[in-house]
Amino acid sequence: MIRLIRSAIVMLLLLTAVTGVLYPLVATGLAQALFPSQANGSLIEKDGKPVGSALIGQSFTDPKYFWGRPSATAPQPDNAAASTGSNLGPTNPALTDAVKQRIDALRAADPENHAPVPVDLVTASGSGLDPEISPAAAAYQVPRVARVRGLSESQVRAMVSMATAGRQFGVLGEPRVNVLKLNMALDAH
Amino acid sequence: MTTNDFLQIAIYLVALLLLVKPAGSYMALVFAETPNGVLRAGRHIENLLYRLSGVRAEEQMGWRRYAIAMLVFNMAGLVVVYALQRLQQWLPLNPQHFGAVTPDSAINTAISFVSNTNWQGYAGESTMSYLTQMLGLAVQNFLSAATGIAVLVAVVRGFVRRSADSIGNFWVDMTRSTLYILLPFSLVIALLLASQGVVQNFRSYVDVPLMQHTTAVETVKDAAGNTVKDAAGKDVTRETTVTTQTLPMGPAASQIAIKQLGTNGGGFFNANSAHPYENPTPFSNFIEMLAIFLIPAGLCFTFGSMVGDRRQGWAILATMLLIFVPLALGAVAAEQAGNPALHGLAVDQQAGTLQAGGNMEGKETRFGIAASGLFTAITTAASCGAVNNMHDSLTPLGGLVPMWLMQLGEVIFGGVGSGLYGMLAFAVVAVFIAGLMVGRTPEYLGKKIEAHEMKMASLAVLVPCALVVICTAIAVATPAGTAGAANPGAHGFSEMLYAVTSASNNNGSAFGGLSANTPFWNVLLGVCMYFSRFLLAIAMLAMAGSLAAKRHVPPSAGTLPTHTPLFVTLLACVVIVVGALTFLPALALGPIAEFLMSAH
Repeated sequence: MIRLIRSAIVMLLLLTAVTGVLYPLVATGLAQALFPSQANGSLIEKDGKPVGSALIGQSFTDPKYFWGRPSATAPQPDNAAASTGSNLGPTNPALTDAVKQRIDALRAADPENHAPVPVDLVTASGSGLDPEISPAAAAYQVPRVARVRGLSESQVRAMVSMATAGRQFGVLGEPRVNVLKLNMALDAH
Repeated sequence: MTTNDFLQIAIYLVALLLLVKPAGSYMALVFAETPNGVLRAGRHIENLLYRLSGVRAEEQMGWRRYAIAMLVFNMAGLVVVYALQRLQQWLPLNPQHFGAVTPDSAINTAISFVSNTNWQGYAGESTMSYLTQMLGLAVQNFLSAATGIAVLVAVVRGFVRRSADSIGNFWVDMTRSTLYILLPFSLVIALLLASQGVVQNFRSYVDVPLMQHTTAVETVKDAAGNTVKDAAGKDVTRETTVTTQTLPMGPAASQIAIKQLGTNGGGFFNANSAHPYENPTPFSNFIEMLAIFLIPAGLCFTFGSMVGDRRQGWAILATMLLIFVPLALGAVAAEQAGNPALHGLAVDQQAGTLQAGGNMEGKETRFGIAASGLFTAITTAASCGAVNNMHDSLTPLGGLVPMWLMQLGEVIFGGVGSGLYGMLAFAVVAVFIAGLMVGRTPEYLGKKIEAHEMKMASLAVLVPCALVVICTAIAVATPAGTAGAANPGAHGFSEMLYAVTSASNNNGSAFGGLSANTPFWNVLLGVCMYFSRFLLAIAMLAMAGSLAAKRHVPPSAGTLPTHTPLFVTLLACVVIVVGALTFLPALALGPIAEFLMSAH
C-alpha cells in the first residue's frame, strides 16, 4: 500500500509537470508565434496603445452610437472582469420588465421609430460581453444614428456593412455587426 | 426551425461521423496488447515515467487492485487541488492577488475537477490564480479524463479476456490515455482555438479606455456587511463613473481545449464558452462541439475493434445517435420558437435573413439559435457541461432537453470513457431483459451475464438516479437549499433539480441563477459528484473482473445478436424507460409545469 501511494504521488507530480507546465508553455509558445494578435486578446490599438478589444463589447447608451446587446454584468454593464448572463428564467416577470424598459429606452431615443425591436437588442447576452448585434438590430438603429450625426442613412448603412460579418464559411453561426468597430468608424468619420 | 438550423446540425453530424473511424482506430492502437508505431514512438517518455514513479508496467492487475490504484491516484489529485486553492495567496503566478478560496468551495471544486464534473461554484476570472488554474484545474482536466478512459479499457478487457484473473494495469492505461490521446489532440485544438481569438498568454489583465463612460451601481453596505436601506426600505446605492474596461487574460486556449476534449467543461472564465475570449467565432464553437464528442464517439469504434467485432461498436454509436438527434432537434426548435412571455411586447422574435430571432436571452449573437441549441444538447448528452449560452434562460422545453439528457445517466456519448462504460451497463441490462423474454441465460459479447454482473450493472444504472431524486428532495426540504434559487415558482425548482442532476451525473453545467457557492450546496453537490463517479467506476470494474474470469461462450441459435437494429432499438428503449420512469414526476414539477404556465 505504501508503495502504491508513493507511485500515485510521484506519477501525479510527473504528469502535473507534463500537462500543467509543459503543455501550456508549448501551447503559449506556438500560439504567440503563429497567432500573436489573437492570442493576446485581439486588441484594437491606436497610437500604439490598446483602446479596446474586437471581441469584447463596450456599453453604449448615447443616441449617436449604435447600442450593443444589453449586459447583465455587475456593477456596471460590459464588465469584462466579471462575465455573466442574467440567468433570468423565461417566465420570470423580472425578464419581461427588463425587456419593457429596454424597449422604452430605445423608443425614447428615437420616438419616430415604431418598428418592433429585434430581439437581440432587448435581451441580455450570455457572457454580458457580446461584441456584436444582428444586422436587424443595426438596421433598426440606422435612422437614429444618421439623424443625430447629421449623416444620410445610406452613409451610415455603408459603414454598418463595413462592420458586418456573414456566417462563417457561409454556413456556421449567424451574420453579425461588430458594435465597437462600427462606433469607432463613426467617430473617425 | 430555419433551413440553416438543420444545415448546421447536419454538417456537425457528418463531420463527427467522419472522425469516428480515424480517432477510434488510433485509440485502439494506443491500447493494443502488441507493440506498434504509436507505442514505440512514446516508449522512452513512458518508461521514464514508470521508472521514476516505481510502477511495474508489465504487472497485470485484478479488478480490486485496479480500482484501488485508481482511487488512490484520484485522492492524491483531490488533495493537491484543495491545497493549491487554500494556499494560492502565498504561491507565485497570482498577478491579480486573489486570496485563499473558502474551505467548502475548495473541497467542492477539488471533487468537481477530480470527478470529471467541473461544476463551478466560483467565478474563474475573480477567484483562481493562474497557478491554481494550471497546476490544479487544468491537470485534473487531463487526469480525470484519462481515468475515465482507463476504466473503460479495463471494462472492455473484461469482455475480451477469457478465464483471466486480470484486467490490465491502471498506471499504463492512464498514462497512455494522457500521453498519446489527450495531450496531442488538445494541442491541436488549442492552436485552432487560438487562431480564432481565444487568449493564450501569461499577461496581467489589460486596462483599456471606454469609448463612452458608464456608471457602476453598487449597494452600500455597513461595517457588518449588511446592505443599508433608506426610509422607504429600498437598498441605498452608490453610483460611480467607470472610464476603463479591464480585459482578462491568461493561458485560456490550452485549458479550453482539454476542457472540451476531456468532457470536463470547467470554464476559464465565468461565462464559460459564451465568453468571447473562450469561444470567439462560430468556427471556434464548431471545433469546441466536435471536441466534446470526438473521444466518446471514437471510443465506440475502439470498443468494437477491441472486442473483435466492429459492428458491436457501431451499434452502440447508433443507439446514442438515435436518442441524441431528436433531442438536439427538439432543443433547437424550442429555442427558435422564442419566448411566449415577450409576444405581447414590441419585440421581433421571427427568424429572417437579418437575425436569428428566437429566445436570445442568455445567448450570443454570433451563435444565434442553431449553434447555441446544438451546443446545449451536445454538452449535456456528453458529460461535458461547458455552456455557450445560459441554460437558466432557456425556454421551458429547451431547458428540459439538457436536464433529461443528463438524467439518462450520461450514457448518450457521456463522459470520455465513463459514458461508454455506463452504456455497457445498460447493454447488460438490455440483454438480461431480452433473456427474460425468451427464457434463456443472457449473453453479451460471448460472456454469460449472471447474477453478479446484473447486480453491478443495476448499481451503475441506479446510483445516479437515486442520488438525483434523494438529494433534490433534501435540497427542496431545506431552507439552506431553497435559499439558493434565483427565479420564482417552477423555474426555481428547476434550478435545484438541474444542479443535483448535473452533479450526480458528473456533468457540471448549471442553471446559473442558483447561488450554489454556499456551504450547504457545496457539500451536497460534492457528495453527489464523488459517489456517482467512483461508485459507478468500482461497480463496472467489479463486473469486468468477474467477466474476465469467465469462459467464452460461442454464439448459438438462441443467442440474441447485439449488433442489429433490433438490439439498438431495445437498448435505446431501456435507457429511455429508466430515465422517463425515474424522472417524469420531478420534470412535471419543473420544466413541464413552467411550459404549461407560459403557454397559457
